[in-house]
Amino acid sequence: MSVARRKFDTLVIGSGGGGLRAALQLAKADANVAVVSKVFPTRSHTVAAQGGINAALANVVPDNWHWHMYDTIKGSDYLGDQDAIEYMCRAASHLVVELEHAGVPFSRLDNGKIYQRPFGGQSQNFGGDQAARTCAAADRTGHAMLHTLYQQNIQAKTHFFDEYFAIDLIRDEKGAVLGAVVLEIETGEPLIIEAKTTLLATGGAGQIFRTNTNARINTGDGLGMALRAGIPLQDMEFFQFHPTGIAGKGMLITEGARGEGGYLLNKDGERFMERYAPHAKDLASRDVVSRAIYTEVKEGRGCGPKGDHVLLKLDHLGEEVVQKRLPGIRQTVKTFLHIDPAYEAIPIYPTAHYTMGGIPTNRHGQVVVPMANTSEEQVAGLYAAGECACVSVHGANRLGGNSLLDIVVFGRAAGNHIIKYLKEHRQHRPLDMASVDRALARLARWDLKGEGESVQTLKAELQKTMEEYCGVFRNQEILDQGIERVKDIRQRLQNVRLQDHSQIFNTARIEALELENLVEVALATVVSAANRKESRGAHSRTDHPERDDVHWLKHSLCFTTDLRLEYKPVRMKPLTVDSFPPKPRVY
Amino acid sequence: MRFLIQRFNPETDKKPYMQEYEITVTPDMMLLDAFKAIKEQDESLAIRYSCGEGVCGSDAVNINGVNGLSCITPLAELKEPVTVNPVPGMPIIRDLIVDMSQFYHQYRAVKPYLIRHDPEPEMEVLQSPEERDKLDGLYECILCGCCSTACPSFWWNPDKFRGPAALLQAWRFLADSRDQATAMRLDELEGPYRLFRCHTIMNCMNVCPKQLNPTEAIGNIKKLMLKHSI
Repeated sequence: MSVARRKFDTLVIGSGGGGLRAALQLAKADANVAVVSKVFPTRSHTVAAQGGINAALANVVPDNWHWHMYDTIKGSDYLGDQDAIEYMCRAASHLVVELEHAGVPFSRLDNGKIYQRPFGGQSQNFGGDQAARTCAAADRTGHAMLHTLYQQNIQAKTHFFDEYFAIDLIRDEKGAVLGAVVLEIETGEPLIIEAKTTLLATGGAGQIFRTNTNARINTGDGLGMALRAGIPLQDMEFFQFHPTGIAGKGMLITEGARGEGGYLLNKDGERFMERYAPHAKDLASRDVVSRAIYTEVKEGRGCGPKGDHVLLKLDHLGEEVVQKRLPGIRQTVKTFLHIDPAYEAIPIYPTAHYTMGGIPTNRHGQVVVPMANTSEEQVAGLYAAGECACVSVHGANRLGGNSLLDIVVFGRAAGNHIIKYLKEHRQHRPLDMASVDRALARLARWDLKGEGESVQTLKAELQKTMEEYCGVFRNQEILDQGIERVKDIRQRLQNVRLQDHSQIFNTARIEALELENLVEVALATVVSAANRKESRGAHSRTDHPERDDVHWLKHSLCFTTDLRLEYKPVRMKPLTVDSFPPKPRVY
Repeated sequence: MRFLIQRFNPETDKKPYMQEYEITVTPDMMLLDAFKAIKEQDESLAIRYSCGEGVCGSDAVNINGVNGLSCITPLAELKEPVTVNPVPGMPIIRDLIVDMSQFYHQYRAVKPYLIRHDPEPEMEVLQSPEERDKLDGLYECILCGCCSTACPSFWWNPDKFRGPAALLQAWRFLADSRDQATAMRLDELEGPYRLFRCHTIMNCMNVCPKQLNPTEAIGNIKKLMLKHSI
């Protein structure tokens, strides 16, 4: 079969905030850039981010990037790389101002400056009073940013391949990445996109869990592609459960609701976070608040007839504040629960939210893997940014407001490094047809006809398995069973057959390709979790309840091709300031 | 509950036809949940959807004759059988999936980005809360296309009339105190079609799932044009 070929300087896979910020940097530098996305760009999941983006603008209370850096490192439970965190926190103010100049409709203070609200895990002066560092456009900050970044790319004349699904990276025998094989969803035709540099910006994989805040499209496609190309995933055992999802349904209620003064109640009407985090209370880190809610429910203090949730109270803020600052969640709660949060408390429960782990990169967005002499050898031509990457700025637990920051900081950094790389590498490397054939075989496998399990059934089983065997509280026995179950699902995936073999906009085939990615990501997650015998950040082991810096202050690297784990040290040395050594983490 | 859903696969069908499905529903289900249940019976039904909470704008369809997002349309509010068609006026790719190219083209044509001529200040461009309030009801547009595909003027002239969604965005930038391209934006909308094909039928505001009001935005552009011409 002859497959059409296109050539670009850079291929960006994914059109969320990270991909679009990188594409903008490249288009402005006159690089020939193609953005491939399985959905129209403004459908990408960045659109759903609510509360805001962190930057120490000090518009409301005193602040500086160094305090932001401290909070981020503490929030990461000291697993974050301090050079990357310094880089991100230093860049934050400039990049938020740049977004404002590009048109993001930030909410405003009376003096005309960008509105900032308090968020979890934020402090002034290295652990002192609560900071207000999160720049917000009401509670639709992600929407405002994503649309603005898309608009900027329209102006910059970026080349978009909308509704193209990336099947696999093309990688030659020397290990260099040469682009990707993609599928035009509308026609069902494969296409080879050759590129001197490829940036993965495919977002997270919240769909490995049953109840999640994530869009249907968050299936870890870039993570699956990396694993199949022999690249490990880093720190996958750290998956963030957001404390305030709508109970039983999973829709996100922004942390900004607590930032604006909302708080959590158990069935006795007790403001229970005061017991778990006497200082920060409801604005402790997300891992801390999620565990507190689980504990309340488990110990019989949950609300409702089944005692299976707690309440988020906002009615004391008044209708005006709720409408002005939280209009989006007000609408969502009215739509899905038929109550008005300006007058009634919201039933909430933690829900799977954010993939802290991902494709290992350095702070320039270059993908780095262990080789004979080093734990960080660059993969020629391959970059990653945003939720699919692990820089790592979030370590074992991400702070709210740092994900929108991560995508613009490292999207831009990757763009800048790619520009430099392109100057030094002017030619495309020769196409590796064996690699192309492997990608096409992956696609052709779904043409097999006959009876077999359905994609939907197996996906539902995977999500349920991950929820039961790799949830908030974990232990060795449960995780080991989880590994066996996910391995079994991986085996059974071979026998799944599609009934729909049409070419035109075959969504069933896309979901099958997505399921292959989900299974690999789930396996990396549960295997990494079973191996880390300590509790740190979002990874909570009932059989190893303490953090163990002597043995476990290190990053995991999981290969699923041969189910192997390696480890590499945390970068404790920042760029210019003193290191923040691990301390007990209390809020 | 019974559903009548328009099907069309260009590989096998000469023209669209209605297919009936029956599924068991619960009181809190949305139309999207029904689609998912149907897809478990019949994976060939093609729909677009993603966030499932009315934020990404992927899943606009025509429900019992009215455009809306399937993910935030409660089944409890729908008359049986629920008839679902693709949004009207656009080329059908397959089943409920339409080709949105024309819609996106009109969106890009209004130059939906902030244009400033002043040198960039080091910090944010100041904007008072009152100035910022003028963007409420405008910036929230999710580009689902419910409005433009409910607009008879857009059906007749999708290549010439910008349509309600694009014009809402045109006003979003005209209304922004930071934007400095008012004259250019107004010039671009001159002529009998781009703006003036709006006959204030107001389907757009009636169907908008985010409760935005393109008709009002179009009226504001016309008023501003008048002010600029005298």
